[in-house]
Amino acid sequence: MSSSAAGAPLLAAQSLSLVRGGRELFCELSVEVYGGQLWQIEGSNGAGKTSLMRILCGLSRYGFEGEVLRSVTPLYLGHQPAVKALLSPRENLQWHVSGEGLYSNEQIDTALARVGLCGYEDVPSHTLSAGQHRRVNLARLFLSEARLWLLDEPFTAIDKQGVDETQALLASHVDGGGAVVMTSHQPLQVTCSVHTLNLVHGVVS
Amino acid sequence: MSAPHTGQFCALLLRRQLLLAMRRPIEMGNPLLFFTMVIVLFPLGLGPAPDKLAIFAPGVLWITALLSNLLTSDAVFRSDFDDGSLEQLVLAPQPLFLSALAYILAHWLTTGLLLALVSPIFALMLNLPVSALGTLIVSLLLGTAVLSLLGGIGAALTVGLKRGGVLISLLILPLYLPVLIFGTAAVQAAVTGAPSGPYLAILGAMLSLAIALAPLAIAAGLRISIDA
Repeated sequence: MSSSAAGAPLLAAQSLSLVRGGRELFCELSVEVYGGQLWQIEGSNGAGKTSLMRILCGLSRYGFEGEVLRSVTPLYLGHQPAVKALLSPRENLQWHVSGEGLYSNEQIDTALARVGLCGYEDVPSHTLSAGQHRRVNLARLFLSEARLWLLDEPFTAIDKQGVDETQALLASHVDGGGAVVMTSHQPLQVTCSVHTLNLVHGVVS
Repeated sequence: MSAPHTGQFCALLLRRQLLLAMRRPIEMGNPLLFFTMVIVLFPLGLGPAPDKLAIFAPGVLWITALLSNLLTSDAVFRSDFDDGSLEQLVLAPQPLFLSALAYILAHWLTTGLLLALVSPIFALMLNLPVSALGTLIVSLLLGTAVLSLLGGIGAALTVGLKRGGVLISLLILPLYLPVLIFGTAAVQAAVTGAPSGPYLAILGAMLSLAIALAPLAIAAGLRISIDA
């Protein structure tokens, strides 16, 4: 049910240009993201994927040209998992600094079980591995009701099965009318269609 | 599920920061330990004559409180910056300056408040007259809150730097000076029997001003540090 072009875009970037260290990363880049679309931003290391994501989510506000319009509050997952080592996974989600919502214990347990952390709800996070930290962060996707997800390398340190499950989640989010913009080096294996934005060739396909 | 409203969110952040502080009691104890060490060293350096110590006591107590605050202000946003929580906080739909105020309040509760509460013990060690203890506590309560707010500005501006420690001292020490001057003056006045009310009132005015303006500066500083 990719009723894509219906309504206003959730995210619209208009003629973005960014120069870093004397090198032009992208120029006059325009993209509109509608509900029901999955966008993958491609590019080699240093191509400006993370810079673009930070501009799109609103963390970078200066130093680039162009305009970004967001009609909904996006959920942004960055490189850092934003998981406090001294708090348990449950506490991390319950008191998350993103201020997205107040979740009940059941909701959090369900979300943690979905990312394979059943039984780890109440252990201190510093006993978890890097991949498990990322999974705690990914559990936010199950809790969130944001329509627009901006994910920067969501599969880093996630095992193969986790990647498959996350891709299935992305597809179901998109099928439900949400939108995903993500960076990843891996080709996506999802049921929905993938729009690709390649920063190296500057092609939007 | 709607986003928690601003008051709820600030209470949640406060609770989170306090719990994090409780889970790391050594960091909470550090400024108190520093305070203890310096106060214990002064009689050794100045000589143990009680009347001599009493003269210096207000200044010594206040300078030590200021330095121990300076010692901890660097850490307010540091760990959140390192693990990416700060990015999420900046993106939160709730106003950032109120969130920042919750962080500062948690910082003050775990440093300034504790310090003010234990200060009478050290004041007696330095032979400060008992009549001045009340003024000392009140001046420290008001003053350390101002210091925490000002320190937060420095912390927000330097959180993106690897070694912001020295820079933060340079940035905010000048702002600390009025607090030190009026804090010491209040205790000094209480020692000599003069009314300390006016000095405390000025400290209170500084606190009001800092509560109104510092969170805005902290929020702007955090946005700049995240952007860089």
